[in-house]
Amino acid sequence: MKNKEIVVISGKGGTGKTSVTASLAFLAGNEAVIADCDVDAADMHLLLMPDLAHSEEFFSGQTASINNALCTNCGLCQSICRFKAISNSNDNYVINKIDCEGCGYCARICPSGAIKMEDSHTGSLHISNSRMNNTLVHAELQIAAENSGKLVTKVRQEAKRIAKETNTEYIIIDGSPGIGCPVVASITGTSFVVIVTEPTVSGYHDLSRISELVKKFNIKMGCVINKSDLNTQLTYQIKEFLISNNIELLTELPYDNVFTKAITAGKTVVEYATKSVIETNLAKCWDKIKIGVQ
Amino acid sequence: MKIAIASGKGGTGKTTLSTNLAAYISETISNDSNGQVVLVDLDVEEPNSGLFIKGDILKDEYKYRATPVWDSNKCTLCGECKTICNFNAIAQLPNTILIFSELCHSCFACSELCPEQALPMVDKRMGVLKHYQQAGNLPNNDKLTFIESRLDIGEISAVPLIKQTIEYVEDNFSDEIIKIFDSPPGTSCPVIETIKDADFVILVTEPTPFGLHDLKLAVETVKELGREFAIVINRYGIGDNGVEQYCLENNIQIIGKIPNMRQAASLYSQGELLYDKIPAIKEQLVLIYQAINRINR
Ligand code: SF4
Ligand code: SF4
Repeated sequence: MKNKEIVVISGKGGTGKTSVTASLAFLAGNEAVIADCDVDAADMHLLLMPDLAHSEEFFSGQTASINNALCTNCGLCQSICRFKAISNSNDNYVINKIDCEGCGYCARICPSGAIKMEDSHTGSLHISNSRMNNTLVHAELQIAAENSGKLVTKVRQEAKRIAKETNTEYIIIDGSPGIGCPVVASITGTSFVVIVTEPTVSGYHDLSRISELVKKFNIKMGCVINKSDLNTQLTYQIKEFLISNNIELLTELPYDNVFTKAITAGKTVVEYATKSVIETNLAKCWDKIKIGVQ
Repeated sequence: MKIAIASGKGGTGKTTLSTNLAAYISETISNDSNGQVVLVDLDVEEPNSGLFIKGDILKDEYKYRATPVWDSNKCTLCGECKTICNFNAIAQLPNTILIFSELCHSCFACSELCPEQALPMVDKRMGVLKHYQQAGNLPNNDKLTFIESRLDIGEISAVPLIKQTIEYVEDNFSDEIIKIFDSPPGTSCPVIETIKDADFVILVTEPTPFGLHDLKLAVETVKELGREFAIVINRYGIGDNGVEQYCLENNIQIIGKIPNMRQAASLYSQGELLYDKIPAIKEQLVLIYQAINRINR
């Protein structure tokens, strides 16, 4: 069986992306492996209550450090560093770890071999059993680490491996925000992209930017309009946009504080608001996604 | 004075606070002949401030970053460059050197260390910076300047564009002028670039478990960078009191609580500013501005 990766993204936060993804995770149960690729703000574990059955550290990239005993204060490193990461205080050259991008140029040219490159710890990766009868692969990015997309890729690889081993059909991915490296790493090679948007000028703006990005990858797209009654005119415009861009409208959800109440109660909105239109619509949405990825 | 408005999680109201605060400050200094406030949208992947603050465009310029270009006539295929590049941006095939410019960090190592000078660095467009004068949707407001940068779709790193935008702002506006930086979300490179030199960081959060979880990461980040900071709670009244409890236990100052109101969500959805229409929100901006002035002194 070929696994189908479904990624949920939104451009910018606050549209309810994680609430929708966690609901899909609940609805899917053991039909899916769940991957939290929003490693900058990984929140799904707050609803899925994983047991952290397996954890490992993740290293990527490098950082330079200067051995002052070997340094002759020639200053060559400072003159070539394009990231202004090397400074001199009291005749000691030091690397500012925050600014260092790990290119290794200084280490390569230091005439006294005083600069060493060390692997940087960028985060931790966890593989857990969630309370929803499925496996959750999630990660935490180290504070101030580079989110180069490598940790995102690693989370996806692990999720895929588990799906294969356990013969699980779907992988549901909570994607990263933005249009840069992490989101590219979240969507590359997936079978279906779900965009969660809202009828606000910013939501619409981000939808058009993110869908333009997804188009470059030639992946099928579907859209969830959250808070659709907040601004009915914009909702209408968004629907026209979806039609002209060949994006399937998966469902509309009303503006409702129940989303926040569910989070506060540590539940997904489909569990919290049972028998509501939100539950029904999200269940239909999951069915449509399953048809969409075929 | 540089004030960065940031949050761990996206969508907590950074843009709402940045735009409303900038517009409010510009209004309160309208009688001060030297008064000026600059709003800078550094969320270059998804710049949204411009949807709320409109103005006349003063300048519009492309921003570039340098990446190497291979000169096949000079190259001897020694393979040095491939070994040098720490980001796998250079690959060697039997008769060619391939450069993946999207992986390049513009460190110049390959270019300057190539024995044949076969890799000149050439500027590549990454985005556009726009500078608006007399911004603000308010009548007679000439105190507010707005600058935004927008990353080209397909470019994968926001950091170089953020750096250049901050440089532009520093070159054009003196230190005393209040500058408000609308930061990207998260705790990784793009946000670090935005807050590492800020005089004051305002972290916007929501009173929910998600908000709290991401706030804690954001607090650790600003502490790591040694910045002075305080919290603004947006959509106050929804959710629980976890954020307030956390701030109390950790001695973190809350300088504003913007109430949760459907009216605010609805105005926001239309691209409207809030403080001039909702007095309860203006009250909070007054408090936030007072806190900023205390720091500034
Ligand atoms: S280092 Fe210069 S000469 Fe050597 S392979 Fe690279 S481009 Fe060619
Ligand atoms: S400039 Fe640096 S990062 Fe870019 S290709 Fe050359 S060695 Fe690699």
